[in-house]
Amino acid sequence: MNIAVEIDALPREALPAASEAGPASKRIVVAYGFWIFILSDIVMFAALFAAYAVLARATANGPGGAQLFSQVSVAIETACLLASSYTCGLMSLAIRSQRRVGIYVAAGITFALGAVFLGLEVREFADMIGRGATPQSSAFLSAFFTLVGCHGLHVTVGLGWLAVMMAQVAIKGIRPAVERRLLCFALFWHALDIIWICLFTFVYLMGVRS
Amino acid sequence: MTEMEGRWLLEAQYGRAPGDQPSVAEEGKSSGVLVYTIGLLLAVILTATSFWVANTSLIWAPGIALGLAVLAIAQMGVHLVFFLHIGTGPDSSNNVLAVAFGVLIVFLVVAGTLWIMADLNGSMMPANTMMNMHMQH
Amino acid sequence: MDLLGKLGWSAIPLDQPIIMGATGFMALFIVFVLGWITVKRAWPYLWNEWLTSVDHKRIGVMYIVLAMLMLLRGFSDAIMMRAQQAVAAGAAQGYLPPEHFDQIFSAHGTIMIFFMAMPFVIGVMNYVVPLQLGVRDMAFPTLNSVALWLTASGILLTNISLAVGEFAQTGWMAYPPLSELQFSPGVGVDYYLWALQISGVGTLMTGINFVTTILKLRAPGMGLMRMPIFCWTALASNLLIVAAFPVLTATFAMLLLDRYLGFHFFSIDAGGNPMMYVNLFWVWGHPEVYILILPAFGIFSEVVATFSGKPLFGYRSMVAATMAICVLAFVVWLHHFFTMGASANVNGFFGIMTMIIAVPTGVKIFNWLFTMYGGRVRFTVPILWSIGFMVTFVIGGMTGVLMAVPPADFQLHNSLFLVAHFHNVIIGGVVFGLMAGYNYWFPKVFGFKLDERWGKASFWCWFIGFYLAFMPLYWLGLMGMTRRMQHYDNLAWQPWLVVAALGAAVILVGIVCQVVQLGVSIRDRERNRDATGDPWNGRTLEWSTASPPPAWNFANLPHVTDKDAFWSAKQRMRTKQASLAKWGKYGPIEMPNNSATGFINAFFAVIIGFAMIWHIWWMAGLGIVGALVTVLAFAFRDREEVEIPAEQLAQFDRAHPVEVMA
Repeated sequence: MNIAVEIDALPREALPAASEAGPASKRIVVAYGFWIFILSDIVMFAALFAAYAVLARATANGPGGAQLFSQVSVAIETACLLASSYTCGLMSLAIRSQRRVGIYVAAGITFALGAVFLGLEVREFADMIGRGATPQSSAFLSAFFTLVGCHGLHVTVGLGWLAVMMAQVAIKGIRPAVERRLLCFALFWHALDIIWICLFTFVYLMGVRS
Repeated sequence: MTEMEGRWLLEAQYGRAPGDQPSVAEEGKSSGVLVYTIGLLLAVILTATSFWVANTSLIWAPGIALGLAVLAIAQMGVHLVFFLHIGTGPDSSNNVLAVAFGVLIVFLVVAGTLWIMADLNGSMMPANTMMNMHMQH
Repeated sequence: MDLLGKLGWSAIPLDQPIIMGATGFMALFIVFVLGWITVKRAWPYLWNEWLTSVDHKRIGVMYIVLAMLMLLRGFSDAIMMRAQQAVAAGAAQGYLPPEHFDQIFSAHGTIMIFFMAMPFVIGVMNYVVPLQLGVRDMAFPTLNSVALWLTASGILLTNISLAVGEFAQTGWMAYPPLSELQFSPGVGVDYYLWALQISGVGTLMTGINFVTTILKLRAPGMGLMRMPIFCWTALASNLLIVAAFPVLTATFAMLLLDRYLGFHFFSIDAGGNPMMYVNLFWVWGHPEVYILILPAFGIFSEVVATFSGKPLFGYRSMVAATMAICVLAFVVWLHHFFTMGASANVNGFFGIMTMIIAVPTGVKIFNWLFTMYGGRVRFTVPILWSIGFMVTFVIGGMTGVLMAVPPADFQLHNSLFLVAHFHNVIIGGVVFGLMAGYNYWFPKVFGFKLDERWGKASFWCWFIGFYLAFMPLYWLGLMGMTRRMQHYDNLAWQPWLVVAALGAAVILVGIVCQVVQLGVSIRDRERNRDATGDPWNGRTLEWSTASPPPAWNFANLPHVTDKDAFWSAKQRMRTKQASLAKWGKYGPIEMPNNSATGFINAFFAVIIGFAMIWHIWWMAGLGIVGALVTVLAFAFRDREEVEIPAEQLAQFDRAHPVEVMA
């Protein structure tokens, strides 16, 4: 049955408000959905943060943040991630102007910076474990390794995703679907940097202070 | 204007995807890089300030935590505005609302947990008495 | 045998006759179903039309089928517990040893909440929301399928635990230290954690899908304040899913790390804090109950308005109340552990917030009552469930407000009073709502109505059975009986528990009536055929489609001009006497392609879960690789959509003309 009026028959004078304009475009829908996913991911990090904050002093007479954290390492990691966020932005610009070479170059630098970040973090963890500060030795260390490790895991997944996206650009070209996925990747990557801001501020810098 | 941009412009009347940048027609060709570069510079300044605040003896000790928190919030703001383009663009109310909702939930979870756990901690036996009881078993 | 981790032949509990009996029964059932499908040669049909479908209607039905099956499993747990408690007084030990009893109440809670109530609610929302919004599908159809099958994975793992290994004995909340490896060395808690982590991922995907669909995909003209109330409650519920489930994921991850890698989040040594688990669990747990009840409230709004023949009273206040509940749901969680030792300030704050959250719910009740007042109420089965809800839920809500007072809760916490309260609101609220929705929307889904007489019989059995089963528990709680008792010495309690067991038996009759209702309805389906698509003189857009709707829902998206879009369209047609023969223009439309991604991904999820539970590391690794390959295969697929030609749309509409009710 059809009691409906098609969109074509709408009066031309007044453009409806956005909330009455009908289904949004695929680009908006996909990006908004991913935005909500990032929201949920941030809530998950919030729970891990809360656990860390509760357990930050529970060192079981072992070493705490002041003894273990290296500010130099954290500073370089922060610089790497921030720079990679910038190059990710450049990649988004290259996508907008459909410049393939620009996309590959920006993606490559983003990947490299992310990989350096991960390498430094892995080395930091290995160092701590080598000194006997394992996640099994105290609640504080369990919480630290889980929180920072979870972020590192997200970065790793992000790098894998970026690599797959470059393969898709190469194979499928810059199709709308590929563009939408790259938009989601950019959202993800910037969100990871935002989470890192909280990490280096509240875990490392405040941890070193106490 | 490419066909892609033409499509984006039409859709832009009805709101922009979160994280999406303004189209070339809206913004102009070169200002895209400018926005990201300004964001980067601001972020670098704020980050460097954070490290300085954490290490200096010039600031009253209890104020350091507050200072770091404020700087962190500022850095997150820079990311949201300059890298994610939140708040700019027509009908971004849904995107901004989503951020606000997220901030609310994060605040409730973290602040609520800290308040409750600190309160429970206050009702716990002092550590040395607890150790004595442990030893007696 | 290192290759199979902890798994060995001893994992099968051959020495426990009750468990082996249950396992045998389930195995027979599964073999029968699979055999029947094979004999009917229905595998290609099943695969193409259901298992790989990304259609929200098919997915909704599958969710509800899963939920109804798990209702049977969860209810048999309940019958077993009632039977045990009715006899195990004084010298008698009953027939269930403590280790088994403990698994039963743990499984009962886990299954009823995660694998009955959640899938049922999500299934109803899946079917109805896109139709009510006037669009063709959800925002992310393939993601929808993935989410469904991950839920099925969780269900499969939980049921495997009956035959291979054991289930948790910790209660459905799995508090540490009891749930830590030290005190629960077996695989039970691991089954619980992995099943829920896997299905939790699916639920989170559902939340994202619905929030995006409701906010970004509505028919032209349908601003937010013209949306049906059911869609508002769906929005609020899914916002809560997005906000709360990540906390559960994080909490279970921490417990898993404690158990698998010896971390110290919740351990009793090295600085761990078991109370933090309780806190974080309930940060999720309280919003969870609102995730369940809000859509039920939405169902009542639709049913009451339709069968009173009046628009819902106080639309704006309903919306405000719904969103208020959504926000307030996040500031009351401590009332689940008033007795854990917080100070008066903290207890007082959360107690007051808990009382405040009763206010918007009261607003809703009054709105429903005022909707019925002055209307011509038709006493169909859905309305019976709704009226039953109003009485029952109010009682349950009142006992909740009573326990919101911390000093009172100190007496009643973890007693049968608490058990009676939450069953009162969940059964009286969520289950009654789902039954109302099931009877209300069944004709739309399958094209014929359910039998009224058997429906009324099932309602009365459920209603009377519920009161018989749970009112004694309030009294027992006040008499001091704690929850989860496998055996007790106070003989004064026994008569009440016998009455409660009787009540459970009456509910069982109610469930049997529903099964019979389904059978009779299928037998009589031609007589009860819904030819018009609008059997109840409905108000919302789902009733403007044929019963069942075509895959694409609407050939042309409806243009909405006010609330109760279908009702106002019908009024305009009556007054203008518009001709029904005026077909709109048809153009080809694109519908999403089917995909096996969800089903295959879930297969690997079960492999990963089972392997992790039994410490079979190589198998877990293979499962992860398999899941990754599945996702990549989906990412690189070429054909995303299938085009439906205009002629097919026109043909369908011509074959299903609709007469508007006089």
